[in-house]
Amino acid sequence: MRLQQNSLLALYSLLEFASDPLRHISAAEIAQRYQVSPHHLAKVLAELARAGIVQSVRGVGGGYRFAANARRLTLLDVISRFEDVGSGTTERSGRTPADRALSTVLTEIDEMAKATLKSITLATLLRLSQQKAEAPAEDATTAPSGSNRLPR
Amino acid sequence: MSRRKAAPVDAAPAAAQRSDLTIRPVRRGDLEAVIAIDTQVTGLEKREYWRSVYRRYGESATTAGAQFLVAESAGEVVGFVIGEVRDWEFGAPPCGWVFAIDVRPDARLAGIGTRLLESICASFRRAGVRKVRTMLASENTLILSFFRSQGMMAGRFIPLEMDLEG
Repeated sequence: MRLQQNSLLALYSLLEFASDPLRHISAAEIAQRYQVSPHHLAKVLAELARAGIVQSVRGVGGGYRFAANARRLTLLDVISRFEDVGSGTTERSGRTPADRALSTVLTEIDEMAKATLKSITLATLLRLSQQKAEAPAEDATTAPSGSNRLPR
Repeated sequence: MSRRKAAPVDAAPAAAQRSDLTIRPVRRGDLEAVIAIDTQVTGLEKREYWRSVYRRYGESATTAGAQFLVAESAGEVVGFVIGEVRDWEFGAPPCGWVFAIDVRPDARLAGIGTRLLESICASFRRAGVRKVRTMLASENTLILSFFRSQGMMAGRFIPLEMDLEG
């Protein structure tokens, strides 16, 4: 399963916010960290603010801060704001018995993906991320060392 | 920007921790409290089922490697966990299975579930196993999230089922 860029940006940003919930972090700071367009990130953060997941703080030292409960906010809560999770059935769903059979299988996969995303809270993801930081070797091939660049 | 030490967002709030919490093996006198917790959580009283579970996993357990632990606070049972070591089930080397865990709703968010799971895992380790498994309904988000928060990930087994007609 691949997540769309907006979902990834939202999750990366939320990990930053949740790791230090009292700190205000600017969109520019996160954009620089993940080497993405601040303009693009601002749209993602605005959506998270509309959902009440982060709060916009104005003025000097402003930015955004975490406003949700990391032990209750699930990955599905976040991702579903940016993409339609679990709609991977074929466009030809229902046309032929073969389409319907294939659709049954794809729906099963979608349901498992949804159940997984719904069972992992931001706090759990943060803990997992910290564990990965302490044991970096396993996924070293997926990103250059020290880089937070988003996959394209 | 340097990496900051993360706040322990997943830990139970310190103020809510119960300092008098004890995890111990179940006793016959605990059964009513266990039944009450299960009834409150599931909305269905299963008295005979729990008596049978007690016989199999309680004080005089007939099941080898059985564990039925309760969490006690201020003289009250506020949670329980049940499991056992299963040998070569599904072709897997011996491992611990947790098949029931619950905490009274008004006692949640105080780390009781974590203590219960830690205790049963310690028992499994003493029994010589190095893997713990569980299985639950995909819509049981609360308990799924709890197990995830404790570090559990999807295992290498896939549950399958079908309706038996006729």
